[in-house]
Amino acid sequence: MQLSVWTYEGPPHIGAMRVATGMRDVHYLLHAPQGDTYADLLFTMIERRGKRPPVTYTTFQARDLGKDTAELFQSAARDAVARFQPAAMLVGASCTAELIQDDPAGMAQAMRLDIPVIPLELPSYSRKENWGASETFYQIVRALAVGDSSRPAPCQAGSPRPKANLLGPSALGFRHRDDIVEIAKILTALGVEINVTAPLGASAADIARIGEADFNIVLYPEIADTAARWLERQFRQPFTKTIPIGHGATIDFIHEVARLAGVDPAPALDMAEARMPWWSRSVDSTYLTGKRVFIFGDATHAIAAARVARDELGFVVCGLGCYNREFARDLRAAAAEHGVEPLITDDHLEVEEAIAAAHPELVLGTQMERHIAKRLSIPCAVISAPVHVQDFPARHSPQMGFEGANVLFDSWVHPLVMGLEEHLLTMFRDDFEFHDGAGASHLHASAPKAVPLPDQGGARGGCEPQGEPATAAAANPPPTPPLAGRGAMEGELLERTLWTAEAEAELKKIPFFVRGKARRNTERFAEERGLTTISLETLYDAKAHYAR
Amino acid sequence: MIAAAPPVLDQGCASAPVLRERGQREVFCGLTGIVWLHRKMPDAFFLVVGSRTCAHLLQSAAGVMIFAEPRFATAIIEERDLAGLADANEELDRVVRRLLARRPEIRTLFLVGSCPSEVIKLDLARAAQRLAGAFLPDVRIVNYSGSGIETTFTQGEDACLASLVPFMPEAAAGAEPELLIVGALPDIVEDQLLRLVRDLGIARVACLPARESRALPSVGPNTRFLLAQPFLGDTAQALEDRGAVHLSAPFPFGAEGTTDWLHAAARAFGIDEMHFRSVVAPGRERAKRALEHSRAQLEGKRIFFLPDSQLELPLARFLHRELGMVPVEVGTPYLHRAHMAPELAQLPEATVISEGQDVDRQLDRVRASRPDITVCGLGLANPLEAEGFTTKWAIELVFSPIHGFDQAGDLAELFARPIRRRDVLRV
Ligand code: SF4
Ligand code: SF4
Repeated sequence: MQLSVWTYEGPPHIGAMRVATGMRDVHYLLHAPQGDTYADLLFTMIERRGKRPPVTYTTFQARDLGKDTAELFQSAARDAVARFQPAAMLVGASCTAELIQDDPAGMAQAMRLDIPVIPLELPSYSRKENWGASETFYQIVRALAVGDSSRPAPCQAGSPRPKANLLGPSALGFRHRDDIVEIAKILTALGVEINVTAPLGASAADIARIGEADFNIVLYPEIADTAARWLERQFRQPFTKTIPIGHGATIDFIHEVARLAGVDPAPALDMAEARMPWWSRSVDSTYLTGKRVFIFGDATHAIAAARVARDELGFVVCGLGCYNREFARDLRAAAAEHGVEPLITDDHLEVEEAIAAAHPELVLGTQMERHIAKRLSIPCAVISAPVHVQDFPARHSPQMGFEGANVLFDSWVHPLVMGLEEHLLTMFRDDFEFHDGAGASHLHASAPKAVPLPDQGGARGGCEPQGEPATAAAANPPPTPPLAGRGAMEGELLERTLWTAEAEAELKKIPFFVRGKARRNTERFAEERGLTTISLETLYDAKAHYAR
Repeated sequence: MIAAAPPVLDQGCASAPVLRERGQREVFCGLTGIVWLHRKMPDAFFLVVGSRTCAHLLQSAAGVMIFAEPRFATAIIEERDLAGLADANEELDRVVRRLLARRPEIRTLFLVGSCPSEVIKLDLARAAQRLAGAFLPDVRIVNYSGSGIETTFTQGEDACLASLVPFMPEAAAGAEPELLIVGALPDIVEDQLLRLVRDLGIARVACLPARESRALPSVGPNTRFLLAQPFLGDTAQALEDRGAVHLSAPFPFGAEGTTDWLHAAARAFGIDEMHFRSVVAPGRERAKRALEHSRAQLEGKRIFFLPDSQLELPLARFLHRELGMVPVEVGTPYLHRAHMAPELAQLPEATVISEGQDVDRQLDRVRASRPDITVCGLGLANPLEAEGFTTKWAIELVFSPIHGFDQAGDLAELFARPIRRRDVLRV
């Protein structure tokens, strides 16, 4: 048993729902107890769909269990087929139905429906949502794709009108809707025709002709990798390995697609809207250099983000991890490349510990890391599912392609204090408008309150008088106020170390937005050296130690 | 006399035929109750023994709350737990020990059963007993089931409260009559109702659940209880089994509902009628004034309730009697005839009362009857809006303070707002 409050992934049948809901005329008959319909609201609320997911739940209750649940199942199947007239039907069990050992596949097959019935075996007690989506997509492709597996490889290089499938986008996918638009732009520029996009938007008939493409573009390996490998074996369709997230990766992706299609990459390479390289080189971005960033998410987004962070924003990756074990090997390789320990876990407490220990200046993660970062007062941007409703935005906001790179730049830099503002704050830190309590100017909610000028000697309003003689307070060190967002780890440290009044006063002279880090670094420095007090020297020794 | 007998509009639906349906049900399971119960019992922890689905449900239902160091969690059953029940029991004990070691402030631990734990027959009652030995008196360990196969949404609260009844101390034989208010209410609402009850002159009054999970009220033949919520059939039965007497009343929604509900207590405790009237009059008048704000938007509007919480019948009665709405169909996941009798009697004759659900057929009836507003779950609300129907999502009615005189206006506003929004939007 695993004790869990928060899960990065749902059970595997949620993955199957994501595939079915993404498609147009496939219905999913799910043998499940009353109550499992909660999953519908993920699609109708978080993704804001205006249609119910195409899922019929048998919704059995306790009183049904002793009896013949086959009857319940079969009448649900008949009703669903009559009402929704799907072109194909998926049948499977949720975690509870898996235990009662009905056989949904057998029961459905015995009915001899006149549409294809695709049975799903999704082991709920060992697998999770992404695996469920991947397996479901693979089973659909296997069942419906027609074609002659012994035919020669599709004419690749030099084909007059090269065709590709876009594989992986699904319902409830993080920015899948907009990523497809960006990739389509690139393909149009290259003269590559999209044969089928699947599962998102595909019909059963589309899947049937998936074999007509020359090659496959795998956008989200978590969902499409298994199917793409099968298509490679079955129809000799090679598939792309580059994930076009970030400027550099998009360029690599264009080269890879052009090679597979046998076309010239040039028309796609100089697309006008690629602003991210210039934004990143402009002098305002200089302060981004060396910012320590912690990255966690699904493996695909995390690995791609790490490359963007290091190569395109000049950050230092200080932590890299993913929650989906299926792609742990890829993540380990990426972590090695960045010289950090890979973190492969689905336990959010472990992630929280790792983030606290790494002392990043920016966290890139999921909805969960957003909350962790908030607790630790670290800026954060979301790069991966699971996400909340605000990350299914109305505006166009892809992660992939050149426009995706623009979006990444804006959304990752936004949470950081703007460079110019940082300089001003440092230079004028004794100025009354830039004192510690004033807050950042872009946060209207924390507009400066009336605060006495330093020379008036007032100590209210969060403004510590800078001229306070250190000696006066030395005999009686001020208690350390519990700062919002300081984690338990620091609390433990504080119990064992003690700031001298002089050091504490010096610490207060450091601008508020870097003070927390200075405090943590100093305490860690003292802790590692077994110091029992933190003096002025300790503070500056630590500063020298952590200087970059 | 105040609202003892409502004016006879029609016969009411006291003996109405009920449309019983079975088929796909679009409802939550009882685990969802944890989301509000844990707020009400700040020293209790709810440990669901279930699957990843159960954890995922809780996280989806709890939304943002999940991050505020919540006092609930799921012990997710894994493949190796299924191999042997002995191991599953050992694993559970290990999880509980670890949890309680980390949360020493917890006084009551609920082991909450789920569909998977029920189906594999993991005996959580036994587990609770087994663990009680190790943790009493510091922590009481209680067990109930919130599984979807046994409970629908708010029935999780019923199961939880019923599981506490055996732990209530026995009231002394000759004890004075005591009033018990049953059902989790927001603190502010509970305080309002307690003030009114005390002003009536009923000094001995307690609530279940209590705010401190270990300070359970006593129960016995001299206990008279009022249900504050309509979904407490098993809890009521358990209390009656211990000799307590149920006071039949409509539920305390709106000016009339709250008056009638308090009246039931006043009569049972022999409170003077004049005194009763003078105590309730100010609140009742305030409530009526507050309702006037929404009346223009709601009067004459037709409303359709899909089954969700068992609050549907009392709410339909309130909207009909006090705001002039016309209930088309009132669906409820479960109909407790006796507890609902005072409500049914006040609904217009033409109302279709349905119990259970075949969601696709019911949606056909929504489409055919074209109500002005449809009360439904979040899985159906946006799809119905996309078809041009105005909806009110039902879960909010469980999470918001809606009982009593001073919430009557807010309650009406919950239904008026979607209609007003429909009218103001020009997109
Ligand atoms: S609708 Fe109501 S009044 Fe009419 S017969 Fe049925 S129960 Fe009686
Ligand atoms: S319906 Fe059953 S399996 Fe599903 S979440 Fe509720 S208790 Fe768990």
